Amino acid sequence: MGRPRPARYGARDPGVWLWRACWILAGLVAVGALGIFFAAPALNLIFKGFVDENGHPTISVMAQTFQSARTWRIIRFTLGQAALGAILCLILGVPGAHLLYRVRWPGRTVVRGLVSVPFVLPTVVVGVAFRTLLAANGRLGFLGLDGSWQAITAALVFFNYSVVVRTVGATWSQLDPRRAQAAAALGAGPVRVWRTVTLPALAPAIASAASVVFLFCASAFGIVLVLGGTRYSTLETEIYTQTVEFLDLPTASALSVLQIAVTGFCLFLSGRAQRSLQRSLGDAAPSPLPFRGRRDGLPVAVTAAVVLGLLLAPILTLVERSFQRDGAWSLVNYRDLVTIPDGSGMVVTVWQTLINSLTTAVWATLLAVGLGVVVALLLSRRPTSRLGRTSLSIGDAAFMLPLGVSAVTVGFGFLITLDRPPLDLRTSPVLVPIAQAMVAIPLVTRVLLPPLRGVDPRQQEAASALGATPWRVLGTIDCAGAGPIPGVGDRVRVLHLAR
Amino acid sequence: MVDASESGLSVRDLTVRYQDGAPPAVDGVTLHVAPGQVVALLGASGSGKSSLLRTVAGLVRPESGAVLWDGADVTRVPVHRRGFGLMFQDGQLFPHRDVAGNVGYALSSMPQARRRERVAELLELVGLEGFGDRPVQEISGGQAQRVALARALAAQPRLLLLDEPLSALDKALRSRLASDIRGLVERTGTTTVHVTHDQDEAFAVADLVGVMEAGRLVQLDAPAQLWRHPVDAGVVELLGQGPVVTVEAMEAWFGVRVDGPVALARGALVAGDVGDVGEGGLDVEVVSARFVRGRGELEVRLPDGRLATVFGDAGRGERLRVTVDCGALVRVGSA
Repeated sequence: MGRPRPARYGARDPGVWLWRACWILAGLVAVGALGIFFAAPALNLIFKGFVDENGHPTISVMAQTFQSARTWRIIRFTLGQAALGAILCLILGVPGAHLLYRVRWPGRTVVRGLVSVPFVLPTVVVGVAFRTLLAANGRLGFLGLDGSWQAITAALVFFNYSVVVRTVGATWSQLDPRRAQAAAALGAGPVRVWRTVTLPALAPAIASAASVVFLFCASAFGIVLVLGGTRYSTLETEIYTQTVEFLDLPTASALSVLQIAVTGFCLFLSGRAQRSLQRSLGDAAPSPLPFRGRRDGLPVAVTAAVVLGLLLAPILTLVERSFQRDGAWSLVNYRDLVTIPDGSGMVVTVWQTLINSLTTAVWATLLAVGLGVVVALLLSRRPTSRLGRTSLSIGDAAFMLPLGVSAVTVGFGFLITLDRPPLDLRTSPVLVPIAQAMVAIPLVTRVLLPPLRGVDPRQQEAASALGATPWRVLGTIDCAGAGPIPGVGDRVRVLHLAR
Repeated sequence: MVDASESGLSVRDLTVRYQDGAPPAVDGVTLHVAPGQVVALLGASGSGKSSLLRTVAGLVRPESGAVLWDGADVTRVPVHRRGFGLMFQDGQLFPHRDVAGNVGYALSSMPQARRRERVAELLELVGLEGFGDRPVQEISGGQAQRVALARALAAQPRLLLLDEPLSALDKALRSRLASDIRGLVERTGTTTVHVTHDQDEAFAVADLVGVMEAGRLVQLDAPAQLWRHPVDAGVVELLGQGPVVTVEAMEAWFGVRVDGPVALARGALVAGDVGDVGEGGLDVEVVSARFVRGRGELEVRLPDGRLATVFGDAGRGERLRVTVDCGALVRVGSA
């Protein structure tokens, strides 16, 4: 028997008509927001790469950029370190996901919280922390890693470790344990069960996490700027350097085009991998496993090493430094938070800055979660028509694009695009949260999609047969069944909004 | 006023195809279920019985044909407005709701106190008093199916559709639950279509049993009628009524004259010692012997190589002379 084609009904029924109209409206809002606040600015800036000073179309800038050895070095470095970062995050993060989401032990909530701290730290601060730690006179100065690419990779893993732990962990905690039990009963040892049952079931979440981490690493900005100095630059920092230091918009936009191509290709691959890996998680949610040394020993060792060595060391260094002024222990740094120190060049107190940041963050979060939920729900539909399926896979990639397009591209695009009526937002304070939300939407979407897509369609059918309207099915089956959605607010939280 | 012949469920010339060009899963089925009647659809897996049920429920859109209720065309009415209850093979209880939350799912518009009452009533109806607070993961398979049944009955559906509701259960539980279902739908007067591949279940539950083969409804009859007069060899095989033998072979093997092909059902072949039955008997080889429900059952090889069942005691490989009890033959064909 083929795959059953779900029923579709004509617009005769007003309820069905309203239901469809709402989805179309949601789609338009999502596409519209993405178009105005992401595509238009980015395209506008990119367009600059294809015209000369007099406004005539040319490809000479493009050609020049691609002939330069520097460009290729930067591409190699960008992709290489992103791949390395993603692989390391997976190797370290999957055992962490097991330990923090599948096994029951006292204190796991605390460690879960601790693990997600780096994700919300500002990149510049983290960059400084790593430098402090690795500098010749720092605590880890003997490693001689100051200014090396290894330091950059370590800092990127520091940031993105929790993405893997949380994305994979959320799926893992929902996995029907009977499948593993069935495999064990067929004579498979624990390793084989993991490889043949657990791993394939986790694959969509792993692919999703890996693609997010890869894109974060590939578009890393603050970290590379602080730790890489002049020796290492990624496409992102290069775009920034070209724009801000050399005022060379055409070259910057040529690099942006390149970045979009690279990102688009990665997204295409990851989207395809995710769809082909997608499957139901089963309907029996497991209870957490008791701790068992033989099974959990390795994850404990890996996770402890990561938490202590990679996550805590820089954070503690920061705390330590905050209590020091000119080499002596002191609280003067904290006193300075509420006052404007003489000769610091600051015009507002740090507290005020903090309040401004928080306000921005709250707005950005509301926007990102609101639109992200709409996008995730849209992308989790199972359209029957070929047209529907095609637009879905295009949308899947399109809504991920902001993640991989240089924030610098979008930022400068904003300034040169949204600078005239009807939308003159250049000086408006709403610009910052909107820009941040655009970058955060793909993240919200990626967190929500795997559980939403994992909902068994027969559950929806059962609810419909019980007389539930499509709205009620959405609310009581898709949303409730997807489980970790309540956690999204906390997950996206203040996000990397400080970045 | 609704014409009596139109009240209840009518399926008219329904065809379902999952992929263009593929053979239809349901092929021109016409079926009528009168109000209060229980119809079982019996068929091997892949025969299209579940597809038919899902189309009636509104989960699958037919390529052509219509589904009517009391004469009104509901083919284009969405699932949740049809007022048809559906119960799945594996229950599909909602894991994030407890038993009461599942049973009360369809009662969301009821005031809470009234709903609690009704849920308790329904749980009592299916013999699960006091189970309301249990998480659905912690109840047994049989209990889960009872909860699913209570959940489907909660909305007082005008038609109850059961998709292999007992297939996941063990035999003893299955027959008990089958008679429970029969009692429940009788008591509530619910019109029911029950899909199964198990004939015992179909016969236990239904007023009428329909047999599906390759998407077609080949026969719809009361259980006894179906058993005595299967329309073709496919039905005979599905009911496990033994090999179908032609008129010529009956004459040649047993010297018995019949007016159409017959099935050698259990009891139709009688074993006797060689010589006992004289000229009319057939000399056959015992292929296997087993003990079933208190008596010996032998499988013997017919001259054309097919196997038939004979009651009696003999060892494997022994030879046996068998004759025919004409009263126990099953006549195949509608005539």
